[in-house]
Amino acid sequence: MSTSGSAQATAVSPTSASSQKFGRMRLQEARAGVAMIAPAAFLMLGFLIIPFLMAFGFAFTNQRLISPNPTEFVGMRNFERLLTVRVFPIEAEIDPATGDVVRDEEGTIVFPRARNFTRDNPDYPELDGLQESFSWVRGTTQYTVLAGDSVFLRSLFNIFYFAIVIVPVQGGLGLVLALLVNQKLRGINIFRTIYFIPVVISMVIVSILWRFIYDGNNGLLNSLLGLFTMGAFQPIDWLGNTQTAMPAIMMMSIWQAVGFHMVIWLAGLQTIPGSLYEAAQVAGANNWQQFRYVTWPGLRNTAVFVLITITMAAFSLFTQVDIMTRGGPLDSTTTIIHQAVQRGYQKQDIAYGSAISVFFFLMVLTIALIQRYLTRDRD
Amino acid sequence: MKNRLILLGRYGLLIIIALIFIFPIVFMLVSSLKPDEQLLRDSGSLLAFVPYGDLSFDNYIEAFRRVPIARFILNSVFITTTTTILALIVNSMAGFAIAVPRWKGKSIVLAVIIATLIVPFDTIAIPLLLIVSKLPWISFTGCESSAFVCLTTNWLDTYHVQIIPFIVGAFTIFLFVQFFRSLPYELVEAALIDGANWFQIYYRIYMPISGPVVATVTILTFLAKWGDYLWPIMVVQSEELRPVQIGVSYFFQLDVAWGEIMAYLSIITIPVLILYLSLQRAFIESIAASGVKG
Repeated sequence: MSTSGSAQATAVSPTSASSQKFGRMRLQEARAGVAMIAPAAFLMLGFLIIPFLMAFGFAFTNQRLISPNPTEFVGMRNFERLLTVRVFPIEAEIDPATGDVVRDEEGTIVFPRARNFTRDNPDYPELDGLQESFSWVRGTTQYTVLAGDSVFLRSLFNIFYFAIVIVPVQGGLGLVLALLVNQKLRGINIFRTIYFIPVVISMVIVSILWRFIYDGNNGLLNSLLGLFTMGAFQPIDWLGNTQTAMPAIMMMSIWQAVGFHMVIWLAGLQTIPGSLYEAAQVAGANNWQQFRYVTWPGLRNTAVFVLITITMAAFSLFTQVDIMTRGGPLDSTTTIIHQAVQRGYQKQDIAYGSAISVFFFLMVLTIALIQRYLTRDRD
Repeated sequence: MKNRLILLGRYGLLIIIALIFIFPIVFMLVSSLKPDEQLLRDSGSLLAFVPYGDLSFDNYIEAFRRVPIARFILNSVFITTTTTILALIVNSMAGFAIAVPRWKGKSIVLAVIIATLIVPFDTIAIPLLLIVSKLPWISFTGCESSAFVCLTTNWLDTYHVQIIPFIVGAFTIFLFVQFFRSLPYELVEAALIDGANWFQIYYRIYMPISGPVVATVTILTFLAKWGDYLWPIMVVQSEELRPVQIGVSYFFQLDVAWGEIMAYLSIITIPVLILYLSLQRAFIESIAASGVKG
């Protein structure tokens, strides 16, 4: 190859020879690039992209982990079950003698049960197999929300609840902590180090510790609250109560991760030149004005990064839930990923678990794109 | 005087927040030294944080007796170290390939890599499980009869199934790309004139000056792997291959002995804590570096 190349080079004009040499260098450059990305590309293809595409494929089948029957293509059936939600009005029972609505001893209106309509009722074939999710009463009508999969609907609600609280609170607290540890005080580094400690401890360990803290009988949180309120506080079974389980998981998640975002904010703070603050002070700005007009604009990129990373992490909530509550009590803490793992792995319904994963991916992608659009640089 | 009070207030606030962040850890360490009855009695008051009474290492001894801790720690150290080293090599090379040499299609490759950032591992765990249960591997142990080496067709229940799928990381590649792009291109031109090839430019020039990213990647990969939980449960059945996090489940079978649980949690947390406290500047700087340009 090299001999033929040099033979050609002697035969043609010098300019063409140098362009040929240049061409060879470009080829080498391209080859090197491809060769060096190859191991990563290969691994990413095999262990990330192909499994992901498989999940996409499974979502349209009835694949199970172990099944005597061959796998079949079922079209959108999994997604229909996942996403079917209807509001169904149920009229109160009427007493045929008086013509009034039937009331029980306490005076509450009695409604026919939703399952009368969803189980083999020939008059309502479109409701067959749907599950009762929740309902509200207006006048003599009970509006019942029926879902193809009421647990999934619940997990969707739970994860939005979690994200809507976590994103601003964790992001905001992270910034407050960053401002605190950005003060010029002796020994401030010790506090930075301490606030970051929970981040380096694995979520499994943190979850077990907090299970003990939240315990209803002998939990640390109950006894500390009792101590600070001089015994006025009534103990709560934090993780065993549908009202408190999710807030308890939120609190613990913030405790674990806020140090991470504190450090990100801190890095952002330290890129703001001190001269800007001096100028603001000369102009007579107070602390709040300095924050509003110097600090916050300087943190723009950091804020976008924090917003997007917390959002993504919040929607992927899983480990804490799996260890602390297993989605309970009464599905009040189950999440989308928890459902995907539950159905796909524990119940071995790979197809349905994959459909949940695909839905999750599309949802998070949409949210990320919306956030990206809303926070775009308008300049 | 007024300034003093303000200063005192500032420190007071900082200390209260610090207590919030460390109380569970202090509780864990203190409880691991107490017998169960005392532990449960004390957790009803501030005594939970006070190391007093019948302190001993009995819980640790019992935990060691109940669980092959040394083996689990060795497994975790091996898995974590191997994954981290391979991740550094593969991802830095990929980052260099994207950041420096020119070749067709690299912007598409980068776009795909960034897109994979929003795929959480938990959602691909099951298809991945199906894939690794059918992959070939050359095995030197566990072959039938007296064969020295044989071909196996299943990755389940091995070390490599806990390592190889986790080498490549989109975020890690992205960190290297960002760093390499920030370096002056004159480095490459000078080296090319000297007759260096691209691989030499990568490992003789770029790698030696990428200490900060290497530190970031090492720490992030190490933490993620040390805390690994879902995947080992799915793919590892044999006790001698299990990592530390799975050991926790041993204590929730039969009778739940909280003192032993606290001892076990302490054993697997203390190495990480020591590592963190001795390298805390690098830890914090590396996390900051991962976000500042994002």
